[in-house]
Amino acid sequence: MTLTEKILARAAGKSGVQAGENVWVNADILMTHDVCGPGTIGVFKREFGPQARVWDPDKVVIIPDHYIFTADSKSNRNVDILRDFVREQSLPYFYDVIDKPSGRWVFDSSKGMLKRQYGSNYAGVCHTALPQKGHTRPGEILFGTDSHTCMAGAFNEFATGIGNTDAGFVMGTGKLLLKVPETMHFHLEGKLQKGVMAKDVILHCIGEIGFDGATYRAMQFDGPGVAGLSMDDRMTIANMAIEAGGKNGIFEFDAQTQAFVDHRCKLNGTKSAYEPVEPDKSQKFVCELVVDLTKLEPTVACHPDPGRRALAKALGHIKLDRAYIGSCTGGKTGDFLDFARVLLGKRVVIDTFGVPATPEIVHDLQTARWGDKTVWEILVDAGVQMTENASCAACLGGPVDTFGRMNTPLKCISATNRNFPGRMGHKESQVFLASPATVAASALTGRITDPRELLS
Amino acid sequence: MQSVFTGPVFVVGDNIDTDQIIPAQYLTLVPTIPDEYEKLGGYAMAGLPDSLYPIRFVAEGKLDSEYPIVVGGRNFGCGSSREHAPIALGSANARIVVAESFARIFFRNSVATGELYPCECLDRLCEILKTGEVVTVDLDACNVSVRATGKVYRFKSLGEVRPVVDAGGLFNYARKNKMIAAQA
Ligand code: SF4
Repeated sequence: MTLTEKILARAAGKSGVQAGENVWVNADILMTHDVCGPGTIGVFKREFGPQARVWDPDKVVIIPDHYIFTADSKSNRNVDILRDFVREQSLPYFYDVIDKPSGRWVFDSSKGMLKRQYGSNYAGVCHTALPQKGHTRPGEILFGTDSHTCMAGAFNEFATGIGNTDAGFVMGTGKLLLKVPETMHFHLEGKLQKGVMAKDVILHCIGEIGFDGATYRAMQFDGPGVAGLSMDDRMTIANMAIEAGGKNGIFEFDAQTQAFVDHRCKLNGTKSAYEPVEPDKSQKFVCELVVDLTKLEPTVACHPDPGRRALAKALGHIKLDRAYIGSCTGGKTGDFLDFARVLLGKRVVIDTFGVPATPEIVHDLQTARWGDKTVWEILVDAGVQMTENASCAACLGGPVDTFGRMNTPLKCISATNRNFPGRMGHKESQVFLASPATVAASALTGRITDPRELLS
Repeated sequence: MQSVFTGPVFVVGDNIDTDQIIPAQYLTLVPTIPDEYEKLGGYAMAGLPDSLYPIRFVAEGKLDSEYPIVVGGRNFGCGSSREHAPIALGSANARIVVAESFARIFFRNSVATGELYPCECLDRLCEILKTGEVVTVDLDACNVSVRATGKVYRFKSLGEVRPVVDAGGLFNYARKNKMIAAQA
């Protein structure tokens, strides 16, 4: 069996499963956020009754992160709906924007967009927060009401996005009926060269198979090339499985996975026992691709879908209005460090926005020093508008007052993961997806630029 | 259970993602709040670029669409997992989407909510039909017939998915079949 099949078999209490089979699996974690949480809670109450209790309070994780730093009253209300539910159900894992359990969340726009407006429990973007807060464990099943839930596949678990109705069902029963996906095999070899990042790996893979090439399928990444990829890198790759239509992306378990997960579970006092899945000798794949990391070059997905692959060096004619770094995929500490390395001592020539995915990443950047400056200061000095308000921000447009949102038909290069029309705001705007290094190089020149031109 | 639907089609192309079906700024609306469910219908397909789609799916200021049947190309409903997408279409009174292929989560959400019948057609209807043409979709016969030309196009049987949508979604279906307890 493949890694995905092994996890699903275990969660279904069976000795084996086959691709195409429908099985009931037990969930280990159900995650929801402010955009889909209120609707999920609504389905749960409608279907199980007003007095119903969630199937297991320790397994429900609620992370407001999408529409937080906006004056939109419905968005603020949605965070309050989550808080009320958490209190009613006594859920231990709720990463509220405010500290007071009986408070109401109101964003104060008079304080501006850049200065921190959250309390000490707030965790930022759900997919990046889940591992940081010790909720991702090898061998487990994670359901989330968000398509990029597949990011947690980096930790050798089965993680997939579901809708509110399915999530309401899981909330009440702890179970879900799943079709076992066929697995596509991506065998990684070699080592990434200077200026080439994990984002380039996944943009390359999606370009190979097409934007719907993994529909109803699992994407398994393994091989000797994986050892050279950090956990941040693996998260970036697994995150974008959905951009090829994939049900999940999954990596093998190794010493790096173990070190990360053990540390985070201990730090947060979350469940520390887990059982990884190892690859079987014989695995049945629906297709096999070998990816030589050494040969990859900075890659871009052009407007209007993540499968429109081109090399950055061939797109120098495309002039840009804006650059953006942030999101679960591209707003991690490692992403910002690579971004800053390109910008160091230079100045951007187009509007450039930086939104760290989580408060912890804000802290990392404000404390890491290069010479006499912090990385945060280096970015601000380079002209990047950095906000401390970690969230999804303009990655998915959001309410019109969202930081970095494109409210006019602009062209933007972005370290995020999705570029369908209107994704970052205005429906006639255009988004080009690239690595943080390519976004930085392009911000310095105002056109799509291969970062290797600027890295000496 | 109604199995034959007749009406004008609304035609879109490939890769219509859920941001185009219901733009992110309207996700502040919670589908289980009845008044907000209605409002979602008014914004169905509001994310389609005007330059490509001069005709709107829902007329300005209206909550319902005149098009009960949506016709799409490949990978319909890709992108975000927001259930608001099939709900917005259903709230706007669409019942059927006929597309060449569907993204996984959209397909599943259409069925789980019972809002839409997602029919996979082997022909590229999005290039054959124009918005406003009247067709009849027969769920039993698994075909679409075009009134003007009399031509008939087949789609794949909905199989085990059909009774779930017929029942009005996952929960009703599961209760009917005693997979979960009767309503609390
Ligand atoms: S950062 Fe973007 S992709 Fe990630 S969860 Fe938020 S909206 Fe989705």
